[in-house]
Amino acid sequence: MANIISDETIEYVGILAKLELSDKERERAKSDMGRMLDYIDKLGELDTTGVEPMSHVFPVQNVFREDVVTNGDLREQMLANAPEEKDGMFVVPRTFE
Amino acid sequence: MRIAITDRTAVELSAAIRAGQTTAVEAAEAMLARIEEQDKLYNCYVTVDGEGALSQARAVQERIEAGELTGPLAGVPVAIKDNLCTEGMLTTCSSKMLGNFVPTYTAEAVANLRRAGAVVLGKTNMDEFAMGSTTETSAYGVTRNPWNPDHVPGGSSGGSAAAVAAGECYFALGSDTGGSIRQPAAYCGTVGMKPTYGTVSRYGLVAYGSSLDQIGPLTKDVTDCAAVLETIASYDKKDSTSIQRQDTDFTSALVEDVQGLRIGIPGDYLGEGLDTQVKAAVLQAAEDLARRGALVERFDLSLVEYAIPAYYTIAAAEASSNLERFDGIKYGYRTKEYAGLHPMYKKSRSEGFGEEVKRRIMLGSFVLSSGYYDAYYLKALRVKALIKKAFDEAFAKYDVILGPVAPTTAPKLGASLTDPIRMYLGDIYTIAVNLAGLPGISLPCGVDESGLPIGLQLIGDCFQEKKLIRAAYTYEKIRGPFGKATAAEGRTTKAEGRTTEAESRTTEAVSRTAAGGWTETGQRVLQEAGQEQEGHRHE
Repeated sequence: MANIISDETIEYVGILAKLELSDKERERAKSDMGRMLDYIDKLGELDTTGVEPMSHVFPVQNVFREDVVTNGDLREQMLANAPEEKDGMFVVPRTFE
Repeated sequence: MRIAITDRTAVELSAAIRAGQTTAVEAAEAMLARIEEQDKLYNCYVTVDGEGALSQARAVQERIEAGELTGPLAGVPVAIKDNLCTEGMLTTCSSKMLGNFVPTYTAEAVANLRRAGAVVLGKTNMDEFAMGSTTETSAYGVTRNPWNPDHVPGGSSGGSAAAVAAGECYFALGSDTGGSIRQPAAYCGTVGMKPTYGTVSRYGLVAYGSSLDQIGPLTKDVTDCAAVLETIASYDKKDSTSIQRQDTDFTSALVEDVQGLRIGIPGDYLGEGLDTQVKAAVLQAAEDLARRGALVERFDLSLVEYAIPAYYTIAAAEASSNLERFDGIKYGYRTKEYAGLHPMYKKSRSEGFGEEVKRRIMLGSFVLSSGYYDAYYLKALRVKALIKKAFDEAFAKYDVILGPVAPTTAPKLGASLTDPIRMYLGDIYTIAVNLAGLPGISLPCGVDESGLPIGLQLIGDCFQEKKLIRAAYTYEKIRGPFGKATAAEGRTTKAEGRTTEAESRTTEAVSRTAAGGWTETGQRVLQEAGQEQEGHRHE
């Protein structure tokens, strides 16, 4: 395997991805990601000098609209989906002391 | 003989309802009875809304009788993939993360169906967040293939395809990011279509790979496919990638004529890894179309082996970004115990997402991280541009590209998930279509020795769905009815002293000759039977 994923890398990716892996998951992730990257490295065989990266197949542009409210008041329905709510607000863990 | 209500296609059903032979309520009841009877085994549905379906059906029936609803889907029961938001109805994406999520709005494609009078039965099982090719990554159990319950239905729209095949709905909606409509359609012997990117609004579709995702129909036949696509295609301001098209009258392309249609078969789609029975059935379909005047030849598409690595880089990158929204605050799963905000995010996501989803989020986060962004993500976008160019060149020569949907028929349950890369390789013929934003249709073209359906894929240039529909419709007419019953009959015939695939194809060709009077070509197939058929240029 050409791509060896270190503990530091998987730790860093875990921070970016906001995922906490068990030891077993971490080992599996290291090996899976290494194999995937080996496979993706195949793209290196192609000379893409001068080729523009294509995000969209059509030349899409930002679509703007007037900043006016078009949806109704769905507070109750939306809060009903919240894991925790209090007095019409989402409850979040304490973020500072 | 009166056709049983459950055996009708969507378009036939609506005609029967309008003619007063049956009602929308009877149709909904028939489907709910089927679900009750069979779905413990197949597990096509995550959610069935029996009461809602019946009350919708009653309202629709009144409007049909009042002459307000006259379209081809009025009163027709439909199943919706569980990544399409439905107001007031659970939408789980087959994930523990959204196990209790009830959307406050309806996806535009579903709203279009409702406006046309379609009756929503419920939500279908899928690979978690549409990541997978077997529907085995669902948090709510596997879906079984109605053709053989020991096999997968494909994925990620496996529940939708299986529900159509099992007769637990008249048609279904799926979403296709790398083949997720076409591949399960092939495995379950149904028709499935991924339209040109931007044709169907993605508003209300839970995003996976936004630049690749497209919603499309899974149906019993090509006529239904055209009718459904015509109904769900719409320009929508709520989707900034939605395209204004004037040519969405897809049913006008239901014409039995391929005279002069230029069909290219990529040689690179017939190489190593393709099952010989799949290959034989696909080439036979090409031969059938050639016999009707299509100009069929082989060509080299090129870059085929680069589509999968490019796709998984781009899709994983977009997924890692799209799935950041699941943070356990406003909706979705939240872990029980946590120490502070960030640990809560991490624990909720780690417990809420399944293995394959986490694998792709990790990969996506990596390829987007500084230091790797250029080497992986931008490189993949450059390769995407090259793949698009290869298709542009092909479509300068051909109207339609023809090939297999998947290298094999449906694998056995449990056989695919052990090796992710092997599973990803199964998407080799479908994935480039998404990268290039093209339309593609999958329809059945035979069964293999074990009785599992084989899919034929037709790919068109952007906005050329009508060419695909015309070719698919013509092929369907040549092929004749397709279903578990007819396939079983075919196998019995083959079993009578005829062993090889080539011979059985010959039998089919000859019997068609008897029916359609194509003696000459029947003889040609006889001569070629058992050999590789190179060079399909029509004389």
